[in-house]
Order: sequence, then C-alpha cells, then structure tokens
Amino acid sequence: MNVFAKGTVVLLSSMMLWGCSSTPKTTTAPVAGTQTTAPVSTPTTSTMNDTDMNAGARMATDELSDPNSPLAKRTVYFDFDKSDIKPEARQVIEHHSKYLSANSSTRIVLQGHGDERGTREYNLSLGERRARAVQQVMTLMGVSPSQLELVSYGEERPAAMGHDEGAWALNRRVELVY
Amino acid sequence: MNVLRTWVLTLFILLLWSGVARAELTIEITKGQQGGLPIAIVPFGWQGAGVAPPQDIAKIVTADLERSGRFDPVATRDLLARPTDGSQVNFRDWRLVGAPHLVVGKVSAVGDNYTVQFQLFDVYKESQKTGYTFQVKEGELRAIAHRISDIIYEALTGEKGAFGTRIAYVTSTVWQANNVRYYALYVADIDGYNPQLIIRSKEPLMSPAWSPDGRKLAYVSFESRRPVIMVQDVFTAQREKVAAFSGINGAPAWSPDGTRLAMSLSKDGNSEIYVMHVAGGRLQRLTEHLAIDTEPAWSPDGRKLVFTSDRGGRPQIYRIAADGGKAERVTFDGRYNARASFSPDGKRITFINGDGNVFRVAVMELATGNVQILTNSRLDESPSFSPNGSMIIYATEHANRGVLAAVSLDGRVQQRIQLQEAGDAREPVWGPFTK
Repeated sequence: MNVFAKGTVVLLSSMMLWGCSSTPKTTTAPVAGTQTTAPVSTPTTSTMNDTDMNAGARMATDELSDPNSPLAKRTVYFDFDKSDIKPEARQVIEHHSKYLSANSSTRIVLQGHGDERGTREYNLSLGERRARAVQQVMTLMGVSPSQLELVSYGEERPAAMGHDEGAWALNRRVELVY
Repeated sequence: MNVLRTWVLTLFILLLWSGVARAELTIEITKGQQGGLPIAIVPFGWQGAGVAPPQDIAKIVTADLERSGRFDPVATRDLLARPTDGSQVNFRDWRLVGAPHLVVGKVSAVGDNYTVQFQLFDVYKESQKTGYTFQVKEGELRAIAHRISDIIYEALTGEKGAFGTRIAYVTSTVWQANNVRYYALYVADIDGYNPQLIIRSKEPLMSPAWSPDGRKLAYVSFESRRPVIMVQDVFTAQREKVAAFSGINGAPAWSPDGTRLAMSLSKDGNSEIYVMHVAGGRLQRLTEHLAIDTEPAWSPDGRKLVFTSDRGGRPQIYRIAADGGKAERVTFDGRYNARASFSPDGKRITFINGDGNVFRVAVMELATGNVQILTNSRLDESPSFSPNGSMIIYATEHANRGVLAAVSLDGRVQQRIQLQEAGDAREPVWGPFTK
C-alpha cells in the first residue's frame, strides 16, 4: 500500500514536471504560473494551487471576504459591442469605489473581456475600452487612478464556454480583481 | 524502484508521444467536388527493403489534388492497370476510365537514399506533359509528394500550387493529466501533418503572423499577464519581445519586405495603428482617433494598409497609406466588417462580415466594391488567402468546437480541419511560398 502511494506521488509529480518541461526547450520562457481568476481552469490537483491559499489569507479579516457584502459582486456586464456602463453595473462599481477610496493602499486590476462573436483583436480593444469605462466611473467616484490597473483579455478567457447568448452575456464583462 | 523508474519513463514517453499526436489535424471535405477535373493517379511502384515505401506518395498526391477542389481523382479500385512508368502505359485503358490525365511513378531506395520518379500524361494526346526524378532522404518523402502535387497542379491549371506550404494556428486544450488549459501555437503542413510546437503557455496566445520569408512568426502572448508582441524564429525557436508598451500590444502584421511590423498599440489611451521598423524598433503612428483602430494588414505592394475601426459607430474596414494620412472607408454593407487581409495579387480583400448574430467570410473585389459571402456558418473568424490566392483559410465553430476551415475563392469547395484530440483550433494563417 505504502509503495503504491509513493508510486502515485512520483507519478503525479513527474506528470507535473512534464507539463512544465514540455515547453520548447530552446526558448527561455517558462509556462506562466497559475492564475487566481481563470474561470476555465479549475485544477483538481489542488495541492499545487498555492495562490488560492494566499487569497484566503489576505481576505480573512476583511469585509472583502464577506459573501453577503455588496463587495462580493465583482463583475459588471455589457451589451454586445458596447462599453456603456449599465445602471446595475454602476451600483456594483459604486460599492467598490467607496471601499477603494477608504482603503487607498488597496489596488485592483480591471480585467476587460468580450464574447466570442466578431474578431479577436477587435474584441481585445473592446475589452480594454470596457475596463477603461469602469476606470473612468471609479475615478469620478474618488478612486485614485494609481489604485487601478487595466488589462484586456478580449475573448480569450471566457467565463462561460457555450456558444449562445446565455454564455455570451456572461462573457461581456469587466472583472474587478483584488 | 528500478521497475518504477522504468514505468515512469515509459509513461513519460507515452505522454510525450500523445502530446505530439494531440496537435495533429484531420481534414474533411465538407462541400463540393463536382466539376473537378478527373485524374488517374496510380499507386507508385516500389523497389527496396520491406513491402512498401515509408510514405505512400500517390496517396499524398491524390489527397492534395482532391482537397484543392480542382480535381476529382479516380478511386484506386477503378484503375484498370498499375503501370509504374511510361513504357507500361496503354492509353486506351485510361480513356475507358474517363480520365484525361494520368500520373504514374515509382520509388526505389538504397539505404536512406530514395529515388522518386513520376510522369504526368495527357491520355488523349498520348504524350507526356511533364516528369521528374528526385533524390531524397526518407524524411523528405512527404515534402517531395507535395512538390509533385505542385508540379501537376501548375501543369494542369496554370496556377502555382501551394501544397508544400505550411499553416500556423493556435490551439486551446485542457490537459487530462492536470486539468489545466493550455494555449499553444503550432506550425503544420497544410495537410495537417508534421505539427511543430512553437510555444505553449497557460496564458492566452493569439494573432500569429508569418514573416514574408516564412522564417519567423510574430504573435501576441499573455505570458506576462498582458498582451505583448513576440517574434520567434520557427527553425531555431529563438524569440524576442518586440512590443511591450503599456496597454494593448496587438495585431502584428509584417510588411511585404519584412522590414516593418504594423501593429495596434493602446499606449496613448486607445488602440491606434503603428508601424514599427523591426531593426531598431522605431515607431511611426498612422492613426489618431478616439475610436478603436486595430487589425492592420498590408497591401502586397507595401504601399497601403487596411484596418478595422469603429470610428463610424460600428467596426468597418478602412484604408490608409503606409506613411499615414487620411483614412478612407472601404466597407459599407453590413453592421460588422472586420479583420481584412489582401489577396496575393492585391485585387481583393477577405474579411469577416457580420450582423451581430452570424459572422461569415466575405471577399470584396476592390475595383468594383462587390462583396461575396463565401460561407454560411455562424461564427467565422480570421480569414486569410493561400499564397496562390485560390483558397481562403479561416476559423469557425462546429459541434461546439473551434475548428479550422478552408473555402475556395468561388465558394464551391469547403473543408474542415480539426484537431484529432478534444480542444479548439483557431487563428489559422497560411504561410508564404518557400524556396
């Protein structure tokens, strides 16, 4: 039994190692690390996922970790090919703006995304425009621009994997990542 | 312990092997063939060790010509005879089969030195149209088969064949071993064989673009958690970061002379078109507008670029001189026109035409402004011409998967190219002719 368990561990780690070492040997770039917000990859081998533990430790004492706090909502949604902030989105942004104004050392990333329709590079630009729209509202509400970092993933990191309006509506979004 | 080690090693090799197989593409012709020119391609003769040569040349040539949509090869079982060179050909047999053209050939080997001979005959004139003999190593047999396809194609259509060219494409797959999504950029022969991994990452990769000499690929990588433009040598795997300004570094496109890269940068607030001189990195800004300006593509003479802009409220195609100036709108039909690229002769552009619900491959004849929609799928992306201008390769969605597809310029022939393993393939770009 013990031998078997040991074997499994060796096997598992060799698979992980293989996963890492199979990037082209001639390039220096490593496979980029695990991500906290990737909705499409939920690793079942959770032993390697140290970023989750960090996130847990950081939020433990904060209203950010309270699932009933309005701050628990961290995504705002958009219409197709649009970057206008909708009324329900404004509310979400307002709660976070208040929190960020009161906690001026906290920085967040505004991650812009789009649905799969249309072309990828246009969607990349559209994702950035959505993130910028959220940034504008937040700075108007008193958040310092230095607290806000913008990045667009375009349609490359969908939150829902389907090919219909149900999935698309969830993918046209800006995520507020603490 | 030793046993365990052996086992782990075996598993490692198995996984590695499956990692290679994973990228392989299969091609299925989904539409058209009627009207193709019948041609009889006889299995090649073989003189060498073993029962058969390592590659079935006639089979590769048959598949190439069939895929082009211009030919309708006679099924092997309908061949009345199996000649392997001209002296054995009885032309009457082939007139009975109804094939105006006949290909015969043979392969012989001494060690790793292969000799491949083929002849193309006009069955009605009872004469040889062309014929070649090649001396190659085993590893070059597939390439020689594609070369033979090129020669036959050009002899019979008058158009240059592109069977020896390669495509680059992006895959997105979840690995069973660790349940993590990986993005990868591959280069493969246009029949899906010989996939070569260029780069793999847990972060997205997008927008591959071939340098005009076919040696390098520019692409957008999120490895540093934001979009950055990389240029990588396909043969040495050496790579460098060429644009990592704040904001978006996207949509790289090589100038036809290979000295410049057009790109979309948002470092000054929103996406604008820039041209970077590859040697030295000097930047020249082409557009200045509050709208999104992205997806630049060069005209073959290097004097103009087309790009996507929503300056009119919705994404449309615009044209601008390569040294800047006023942009003029090119597309007017439809609510969404984006990601244009030129045909090799510069007379047409292909782009995505959409109405919000369906997005299809379109071609515009620039002289007349006539637009033709070539596909009737729902979510097409990334169209680009083959280097001989006869086909357009693009990405689409089929049965909930991202697949590659190709369509002939007249829309008559369509093929679907998909990964053998689960996962999505997308953003195909057809490489240039290579010497």
